[in-house]
Amino acid sequence: MSEQQAVIYRHSLSIRVTHWVNALLLLVLLMSGLQIFNAHPALNFGSKTDFEQPLIAMEPMQHGDKVMGITTLFGWQIDTTGVFGLAGSEDEGYDARGFPWTVTLPGHRDLSMGRRWHFFFAWAFVINGLIYLIYSFASGHIRRDLAPTEAEIKHIGASISEHARFKFPKGEEAKRYNVLQKLTYLLVALVLLPLMLLTGLAMSPGMDAGYPILLDIFGGRQSARTIHFLAAGGIVLFVAVHLFMVLVSGVWNNLRSMITGKYVVEPAEETK
Amino acid sequence: MSNSLDRRFFLRRAAALAGTLGLGGCDGLSDQPWVRRVLDSAEGLTRFTQTVLIPPSALAREYDEAEISKEFKANGSTNPDDEAYKAHAANGFADWKLGVSGLVEKPLELSLAELRAMPSRTQITRHDCVEGWSCIGKWTGVPLKTLLDQAGLKANARYVVFRCADDLGQTGDEDGKYYESVGLEDAFHPQTILAYEMNGNVLPIEHGAPLRLRVERQLGYKMAKYVMRIEAVDEIATIRGGRGGFWEDLGYEWYAGI
Repeated sequence: MSEQQAVIYRHSLSIRVTHWVNALLLLVLLMSGLQIFNAHPALNFGSKTDFEQPLIAMEPMQHGDKVMGITTLFGWQIDTTGVFGLAGSEDEGYDARGFPWTVTLPGHRDLSMGRRWHFFFAWAFVINGLIYLIYSFASGHIRRDLAPTEAEIKHIGASISEHARFKFPKGEEAKRYNVLQKLTYLLVALVLLPLMLLTGLAMSPGMDAGYPILLDIFGGRQSARTIHFLAAGGIVLFVAVHLFMVLVSGVWNNLRSMITGKYVVEPAEETK
Repeated sequence: MSNSLDRRFFLRRAAALAGTLGLGGCDGLSDQPWVRRVLDSAEGLTRFTQTVLIPPSALAREYDEAEISKEFKANGSTNPDDEAYKAHAANGFADWKLGVSGLVEKPLELSLAELRAMPSRTQITRHDCVEGWSCIGKWTGVPLKTLLDQAGLKANARYVVFRCADDLGQTGDEDGKYYESVGLEDAFHPQTILAYEMNGNVLPIEHGAPLRLRVERQLGYKMAKYVMRIEAVDEIATIRGGRGGFWEDLGYEWYAGI
């Protein structure tokens, strides 16, 4: 006889609502952010722009008698014609831009509209984020569910190898986040997302005047812009891995738990 | 079995929804006036918050000589196609005069020599373009406060409007001319100057000769080049597109705080 499946209440209403609101906000922020990036698709560190030697750039370049879309990544130059830097042809007309307009908001060059979307949703992101953080600290969610225990940190190696083999915990173990989840969620919620806000604010000439420390901690306005971009990339990477893990560890159970809160815990294997 | 069908159905729906929202939906939404109004409400919130958070006297960072950009990008108009302007440029703006008018006690007409004779301010600051790039330059000019004090603002003046020579709208008449406006807090800010020198030289035409506004706590498009006339007004809604500036009328924020 095996144990019965147990249904636990995994996510509180506040977490469920702020999670989905955040997912929508981040999608709009990402797409409008790429629109803004496309107005000057090049990045470098420091206070000012180095037009000659960007660290990252997506720009059209003349190669002999051909114009190509070249993506520069820390000194490497990659031909990305048609995708990044340049699309179109001599006959139809070239379109010099960073990211394709299919992933920007709006879906054509419109910086002012992109900024409107971005800043409105940035405010919504701040408000939603504050609700999440206040709730999570006040309710003990951070301490109880997200802070890893010493024992968990010690056994992080085992957890990594289980993850690599797509073995997911059952029974008692499945009622909690595992240590990799805990660390990742903490990193995203307490580091990556606040970093997006701070680097965003560091790009404001007004905020820089009132709070020059914003320039000092990031190493200048163009550094802040670069970090904003890289951190956004980090969030995209997180979402990709997150979605993948949701898929492989029981998509319906995971989705339900983030919609209704209910999560089914499979009984632990009996042998062993 | 039914579970996996459910799952596939759900995923298809989710993908379709994400696609509509992400690719098509928001684009269509951008054209809806009510969506624009809702999105625009963020500008008021940003302005209010920054006004509360940033002390009025806070200065934009000033940099060292060594940090001046070797190449300061000239954006927008770089050579106004205006007969009167070209004539002034041809003789080094010797006969040119800046007008200060509108809601002032004493309208002024000041030559470049007169402006240069006034107390000046020099600042090495970072210029942040709305496109995302930044350049550092050294600017010398007359504090706007000096001119406004001399002209004497009337009690009902709330904005200062800058009328420019360049026809960025390419309409060939006054309707296409660049213009900008700032509120009184920015107008009287110590770093708000009308610059006639850049990096120690006479302000080049591509950077706005004879006079370029510097409003260091705002984005580049606020810093009108080729300033010909300054007007104090009580209302910007009645001017041209009603949003307070050339780019503002095309959809950019009047309060370019970020």
